Amino acid sequence: MTTTAPGAAPEAAPAGAQAKDVPPGSSPWQLARRELRRRPAVRVSLCVVLLFVLMALTAPWLGALGGWSPEEFDKAAVDPYLAGQPLGSFGGISPEHWLGVEPVTGRDLFARVVHGAQVSLLIAFAATAIVVLTGTAAGIAAGYFGGRTDAVLSRLMDLTMSFPSLIFMIAMLSVAKDVNRIVLMTSVIGLFGWPGVARVVRGQTLSLKHREYVDAARVGGSGAWRILTRDILPGVSGPVIAYTTLLIPGMISTEAALSYLGVGVRPPTPSWGQMIAESVAFYETDPMYFVIPSVFLFLAVLAFTLLGDALRDILDPRGGRS
Amino acid sequence: MILYLLRRLLALAGVLLAIAAVTFLIFYVLPTDPAAAACGKTCSPERLADVRAYLGLDKPLWEQFAHFLTGIFTGRTLGTGQYAVQCDFPCLGYSYENSLPVWDLLMDRLPVSASLAFGAAVLWLILGLGAGVTAALRKDTATDKALMVGAVAAASLPVYFTSVMLIYGVIRIAGLLPYPSYHELTADPLGWAGNLLLPWTALALLYAAMYARQSRGSMIEAMAEPYIRTARAKGMPERTVVVKHGLRSGMTPILTIFGMDLGGLLAGAVITESIFGLPGIGRLFYGALVSSDQPVVLGVTLLAAFFIVVANLVVDLLYAVIDPRVRY
Repeated sequence: MTTTAPGAAPEAAPAGAQAKDVPPGSSPWQLARRELRRRPAVRVSLCVVLLFVLMALTAPWLGALGGWSPEEFDKAAVDPYLAGQPLGSFGGISPEHWLGVEPVTGRDLFARVVHGAQVSLLIAFAATAIVVLTGTAAGIAAGYFGGRTDAVLSRLMDLTMSFPSLIFMIAMLSVAKDVNRIVLMTSVIGLFGWPGVARVVRGQTLSLKHREYVDAARVGGSGAWRILTRDILPGVSGPVIAYTTLLIPGMISTEAALSYLGVGVRPPTPSWGQMIAESVAFYETDPMYFVIPSVFLFLAVLAFTLLGDALRDILDPRGGRS
Repeated sequence: MILYLLRRLLALAGVLLAIAAVTFLIFYVLPTDPAAAACGKTCSPERLADVRAYLGLDKPLWEQFAHFLTGIFTGRTLGTGQYAVQCDFPCLGYSYENSLPVWDLLMDRLPVSASLAFGAAVLWLILGLGAGVTAALRKDTATDKALMVGAVAAASLPVYFTSVMLIYGVIRIAGLLPYPSYHELTADPLGWAGNLLLPWTALALLYAAMYARQSRGSMIEAMAEPYIRTARAKGMPERTVVVKHGLRSGMTPILTIFGMDLGGLLAGAVITESIFGLPGIGRLFYGALVSSDQPVVLGVTLLAAFFIVVANLVVDLLYAVIDPRVRY
């Protein structure tokens, strides 16, 4: 926990990122650009992330480009005499079906992967948003007001962190029957993540609240709300952004795991985890069917992790690794 | 120290109570009616009322909860009259599915989950800390970069993908190991390890990757501390500096997540157990969910929470041993 003593040298703060020949006073944007130039892996992962987000946003149109809807059966693409194996090599990859088809049903994998991206990323982003908003609010309140507020919120954080979260998520998702699955999944996943953010923000707020400029604002007659939003919030935003980017891959994995276990989104709506779960039975006879959604999931998690690492190096001097 | 321990134990009890209450609320308020399920389709209203009374579902919720709680400490009697069943301490109720005591079911499965968790933990600590510390000590070299690229890639692989690949490669293609089945440690130690080797590897890869990333960071931070320079200036051999001063303080953040991770896994790795077909608590839990077996679900959740809070307590106590700056 970053419980820096009050008044601890403020100029030491951005040292981590600025150690190497960086002119003092560089804005985060300049730092980000420099980092991008220095690390090609980050450039690639930024492109992959943008590509996936674009894919998710344009899923209906992009899917239509392939000519198939994700729930459309194509019996002509599978061999009825071979237990519904896709016709052709590599899981039926052809000009007709760009990434091949599902065995038995002949549903188009390209359409399903693209629509799956939409579902997976939507849940991951929305859950992250819940976690970050709740966590930041709780963390700032706990750090700034201290005393009883801090005690209550900190106990609540400890309590939430003691919940066996995966077991709880599975249980909650399986008991709630007739609810919108995407909304339900988002809220259930979001429910358990906030203490992590809250702890980071609380620590940061504790170190910021006795800085001179905050004291100045207080003496100048600013109310608590104004100080929190104008003076504290910008100060904690760097670490929060970095932490957020590193949260997303975890959220994507969690959504995939829950859907893999069959308590996530319901068929026929595709999601990557659910596609992998369905394809496990075919991994020997039709390996491409298993590999394709796995590769997409892997790439998405990997790209977000690399991007998060880079953002942390730039924005969060203490958690930085350089 | 003793005062601290007492305070922590009190807090631990509070946390468990809160978790029990929340779990109870979720599973006993939500739609599925266990009495209707137990009674079957051709159930008359009188019969249903009987079943409800037998299961204690006709009482107010708080009374059911109080009954459940006292049962854990003193045991309790379920049902009435000639059908009454004595459920001994520690009573977590009976499974709706097969009428066995939940506690017995849990204890029956615990060795499997514990074997999986501890074995994997040993493996991931060796791999993860080894890679992380090596990378930290050779910061910015090719070794460091290769290790970290490997770690970030391994951390991005979902455990079910690695598991299936391991089953395919090691069992199906190479035929090196049999398909995992659980052998008891005491009866057949070699069979125990041999059968768990793949599940351990699958689980450990994921955690090792995360630990490598984490331990590299905290090790670099620790090695930059002034006392490391002092130790070196005293002429202490580099090995001792790294192990006694660097590693010791660099490991405190790792210990925190280790407690959480191990505690969480002890009550069952749901995905790994179901892929490898290991009869652990995770599988028990999953089966209970499918059949709406609420007492079992509640029991597993409580056990899992218990392991997590106890692991956290142990970790906090270990801090004082590892880090001389920590005092209670």
